[in-house]
Amino acid sequence: MPGRPPAAEGRGEVAAPARPGVGAGADPEGAGPTAEARARRQGRRRQVTVAAVFLAPAVVLLAVWVAWPVVFTVWRSFYDAGGGDFVGLEKYRQMLEGDATRRAIANNAVWVVVAPTLATGIGLVFAVLTERIRFGTAFKVVVFMPMAISFLAAGVIFRFVYEGDPDRGLANALLSGVVEVFEPPGPYPGARPSVPGALTGDGDSGFVTAEAYRPPATVRLGLVAIAPDLVPADAEPAAVPPPPPPGAVGGTVWLDFTRGAAGERGAIDPTEVGLAGVRVEALDATGDVVGADTTDEAGRFVVSGADDGPVRLRLAASTFRPPWGGFTWLGPSLVTPAVIGSFLWIWAGFAMVVIAAGLSAIPRETLEAARVDGANEWQVLRRVTVPLLWPVLLVVAVTLVINVLKIFDLVLVVPPGSVQDDATVVALEMWRVSFGGARDQGLGSALGVLLFVLVIPAMAFNIRRFRSEQQ
Amino acid sequence: MATAPPPPPNRRRWRPRLAVLGLALALVAGACGGGDDGDAASSTSPGGGAVDLTGVTLDVSAVWSGEEQASFEAVLAAFEERTGATVRYTSTGDDIAAVLGPAIDAGSPPDVAMLPQPGLLRDLAAAGSLVAVEDVVGALVDEDYAPVWRELATVDGTLYGVWFKAANKSTVWYDPAALETAGVTPPETWEDFQAAAQAIADSGTVPLSVAGADGWTLTDWFENVYLRTAGTDRYDALSAHEIPWTDESVVGALTTLAELLGNPDFVAGGPQGALQVEFPESVAQVFGDAASAAIVFEGDFVAGVIESDTPATLGTGADFFAFPSVGGSGPAVVGAGDVAVLLRDSPGGRALLEFLASPEAAEVWAGRGGFASPNQAVDASVYPDDITRRSAQALTSAETFRFDMSDLQPAAFGATVGSGEWKILQDWLADPSDPGATAAALESARQAAG
Repeated sequence: MPGRPPAAEGRGEVAAPARPGVGAGADPEGAGPTAEARARRQGRRRQVTVAAVFLAPAVVLLAVWVAWPVVFTVWRSFYDAGGGDFVGLEKYRQMLEGDATRRAIANNAVWVVVAPTLATGIGLVFAVLTERIRFGTAFKVVVFMPMAISFLAAGVIFRFVYEGDPDRGLANALLSGVVEVFEPPGPYPGARPSVPGALTGDGDSGFVTAEAYRPPATVRLGLVAIAPDLVPADAEPAAVPPPPPPGAVGGTVWLDFTRGAAGERGAIDPTEVGLAGVRVEALDATGDVVGADTTDEAGRFVVSGADDGPVRLRLAASTFRPPWGGFTWLGPSLVTPAVIGSFLWIWAGFAMVVIAAGLSAIPRETLEAARVDGANEWQVLRRVTVPLLWPVLLVVAVTLVINVLKIFDLVLVVPPGSVQDDATVVALEMWRVSFGGARDQGLGSALGVLLFVLVIPAMAFNIRRFRSEQQ
Repeated sequence: MATAPPPPPNRRRWRPRLAVLGLALALVAGACGGGDDGDAASSTSPGGGAVDLTGVTLDVSAVWSGEEQASFEAVLAAFEERTGATVRYTSTGDDIAAVLGPAIDAGSPPDVAMLPQPGLLRDLAAAGSLVAVEDVVGALVDEDYAPVWRELATVDGTLYGVWFKAANKSTVWYDPAALETAGVTPPETWEDFQAAAQAIADSGTVPLSVAGADGWTLTDWFENVYLRTAGTDRYDALSAHEIPWTDESVVGALTTLAELLGNPDFVAGGPQGALQVEFPESVAQVFGDAASAAIVFEGDFVAGVIESDTPATLGTGADFFAFPSVGGSGPAVVGAGDVAVLLRDSPGGRALLEFLASPEAAEVWAGRGGFASPNQAVDASVYPDDITRRSAQALTSAETFRFDMSDLQPAAFGATVGSGEWKILQDWLADPSDPGATAAALESARQAAG
């Protein structure tokens, strides 16, 4: 630890001026009071009084707003929910055994490990890159801008970003654009056979006829549960194709639903339309595809190639593939990473600005020397820039750790109520148990004490750095 | 809670999440407010009428935000006009207990608060935070309200408030066009309901929109089914926790409910999708521009949301049917309400409470829609449309009326975001396969809440 020796020296230096003063005062006293000594003592007393007067407001405020609340919280954590009965460490036991509080502690651990690391890393990358580009300052301003937004407002913004429906949530909209290039949605997502049992399987694997047909044969395959706006505007009334040639199976795929549920299931009623664009495959006894066709506007198809005996028909899964629904960002499993994402959006700018300031203080010659020696940019970053920046990176990371330990607003605002319990962190849990339904301020205080204890190492580290920097 | 056919009980706490903002504001208001006691003219005249309260400032807190806040502020404006007082309204957001608690601890509660849960009224009365109001509104309550409302505002024989707003929470809202397309009529029995849902699904529309992100909508589903399957005696016993939640009637109600909500084809977005949908969104899924579902269940306050947030017209583009009977149960209504309580005793606060108990105050909001009053003296013709009137009258014609059960529970169990009954029913919606385990979880959460 480089901080240690300077810190020790620092203490020595602070103490040093006092010693001669005391010594000087003590000596004459031993020799008997002289006018000079008395004057000096009076002077010292006045100094102390002046110091006390100047310090008093700060001390009083510190005592009222910092010291007393800390003491009170510790004291309160030994009492029950109402505050009447002393329960010793019971609330701490509850804290460590309760499901929600344990989840809060576990989530906070994830936060502390992941969020500061990523924010510092992203900040470093941005800081290094903005040095190289032309509009670096403009870029920095943009990245730093979220710092000007309150956590609460940022949380509301990200609530929308993470909305599940790709039509509304930005995150899923971006992803669905990519996904649907590779897996285009089918024309009839969610459709089901109209007569249960006639077709087996489901939309994910395609529907297969229960019965095998010996060609030539004509088959009617009715579907329901197709939203009216998915039926093509040019759909024609469902029609049965003419008897197919030998070795072929023909038939109709149609929407077996009449407005008002008036029609008969399994029969082609007058107003029912054919479903175009359905891929129909013929499967032989081993399940191999021996022929395929796509239905026309009246829902007609003719599959040839079934010379070798009976075939089953399959309506291909691609017909029923739903549009990509997006990730449930704010579901139980992704909610913490998602909220951490919103935290990064806010704090990466802070990390970047501080690191950029540190970067500008690095001697250019070292970087130049490394490049002249043949190091590539990655090596320069890893072996020269990062080691030189290490103290700055550490300060940024530790500051962020302190920030993350007390994270509250984002976790309150971003997750919907149904997953608040899965996303909860210590600070939020403290508030929930203290002022939520349970109003257990004993447990809340215990969580507060836990938070306090967790913050101490980070604070100690920062104070020590601060001291060593004062050298 | 006794059977009480007449007036309507009430609605509650769907508030956008933004309402956390209200929390911060409320704390500020709570800290600054107050200190105006005693400077008002004394006396109490009927309806909070003729008292001169010029120069008096009163603080009022309630969970209402948005449209409802505007309507309530119109009621308060009428009071200001009569008395010359200034009333500051603060929306507390979802969790009024979390806002009132610290304000009471700090000695600066609002003058009047509208509590959405009788459980909270009991808690605060037991803690000595409420002013007894027998001499303020006792006579009015006896005169204009059915006995059940006095009962619901009474703790240990003392009256602590007056029910201002009531709601019928046994209304199921639907898009008539979607039902017509599917060839179904509003169902009257649970079996019809399932058949209708299947027919609607076949027509290509998802039958149900469920606001799973808000746990309270799920408790309302459960309570309506439970009241019909288990009957009033068990409903009362379970409300009071005289029978455990592991009782077979609870498992049975959950199993019945799963016949609808457990079918992924019946719920918009499937269970996981539904858990991300908050209440206003669930209404928009049925009546909004990009509607995807046919039916949404919630209380009569859905009408107000349809009017303000969607292009649908009440009556033609949106209608409701009474929650269907299950296994031959008679017409039953689950309801809820907001009770006005006095937290600081002052002539101004008393006058306001008295005003809120009067038909004049109720008629201000009733005329704006999305409101039903338990006050029998309110003129039914002030309700703006047939739907509101029908839903208010459905309450008076019900054979059975029960107060929303989750409102009767300790707040830690029945009314806390992300824990207790809300959370457990959300977990159940995600996976309804083991109602026994859900019942066990409910019981242990209920026990933990004391």
